[in-house]
Amino acid sequence: MLTKRIIPCLDIKDGRTVKGVNFVSLRDAGDPVELAQRYADEGADELVFLDISASEEKRKTLAQLVRNVAHAIDIPFTVGGGISSLEDVGILLENGADKVSINSAAVRRPELISELAQKFGTQCIVVAIDAKQIENEWVVHLVGGKVPTERKLFEWATEAVERGAGELLFTSMDHDGTKQGFANNALKQLSETVSVPVIASGGAGTVQHFIDTFALGNADAALAASVFHFKEISIPELKSVLRNNQIPVR
Amino acid sequence: MKVVIIDYGAGNIQSIRFALERLGAAAVLSHDADEIRQASHVIFPGVGEASSAMKKLYDTGLNAVIPTLKQPVLGICLGMQLMCNTSEEGDTEGLGIFDTEVVLFNTNLNVPHMGWNTVDGSGKLFSDISQNSHFYLVHSYYANCCNDTNATCTYELPFSAALARDNFYGTQFHPEKSGAVGAQLLQNFLNL
Repeated sequence: MLTKRIIPCLDIKDGRTVKGVNFVSLRDAGDPVELAQRYADEGADELVFLDISASEEKRKTLAQLVRNVAHAIDIPFTVGGGISSLEDVGILLENGADKVSINSAAVRRPELISELAQKFGTQCIVVAIDAKQIENEWVVHLVGGKVPTERKLFEWATEAVERGAGELLFTSMDHDGTKQGFANNALKQLSETVSVPVIASGGAGTVQHFIDTFALGNADAALAASVFHFKEISIPELKSVLRNNQIPVR
Repeated sequence: MKVVIIDYGAGNIQSIRFALERLGAAAVLSHDADEIRQASHVIFPGVGEASSAMKKLYDTGLNAVIPTLKQPVLGICLGMQLMCNTSEEGDTEGLGIFDTEVVLFNTNLNVPHMGWNTVDGSGKLFSDISQNSHFYLVHSYYANCCNDTNATCTYELPFSAALARDNFYGTQFHPEKSGAVGAQLLQNFLNL
């Protein structure tokens, strides 16, 4: 049976792992390769690396870090942050990334998704969507959640998938950093809207939140950062509780 | 031992090289027919779209080389699919090594089939690997079960998770991304 995935997210700035609380204040949480290795050993199903400095500083490549990670770990990983061209993606995949996640650049120029899917295959194209609820509408935001757009979550998600996104990574900015649980209503609607896997992101604080996002939000995977980095939740323990709650895990 | 990974411009092949390095086996990337023929083991990777990958094989002449190889050959993911008779993806002929066809998932479940799923395997590639071990897969097309199927996985319906015929092997899953069980499978391949 296909299992639900647990995905630690490593936010990277200047080669180190950091986690933003509501995307603003940052705390240092370790060396990315060492953390990646630890998570792989503990049973993480996949990893996501987000270069949060990339959008602001227009930093083009994480190639060396990607290569070091690919050398060290034997589970799939996704790299994102500031990716805006076919060339960026080519470099990351050549260095061993399994998937790339694109966000702002895709909203600005949706054709990018189609071009990437055609060149590299839909299986490696993750479209990340940051959204916030404004007057009962989920409004897509850019640049790490700072800039609101005209796009709404569900119509943008539908277009992204039609253009070739193989997976969606949905972060609720209302939930991110709060540790009050994932945006399960929106996640459920999203999974009913699209036919590709949806990764839940933003709001993980307790083991129960993971149970809820799989059982109520119908998420295919759940992503979290600080609860893992600061050892508030251990992955083996999390998986054991999920299993006891009839949620299939590896 | 000299492992060659066939390099024909189809996707992420570094991961396979790194996985072999973790097992202590150096691997060379090559599209040179002589170098491939001289290898002790050949890995035929592939990520992307089937008809354009087949075109690359024709452009380099590798379409004629691969089916005549005598040493152990392991096709991974799209590599395995290209070793079948046909693929619906881009409606292309394959290399015709495995006697089956590759078709698109027709299901209400998510496509691509992405993540860790249980695989029931037998034969040399699966020695020391427990039944129902989890492997990592990501694919929208699958090979129908056939006489060459030696491992199955189920996503609404059973499909070929691994194929074997003579010296040719193929896995739909990515052993290089499947943790310890994947490493065991690659080691089993190197032991052939």
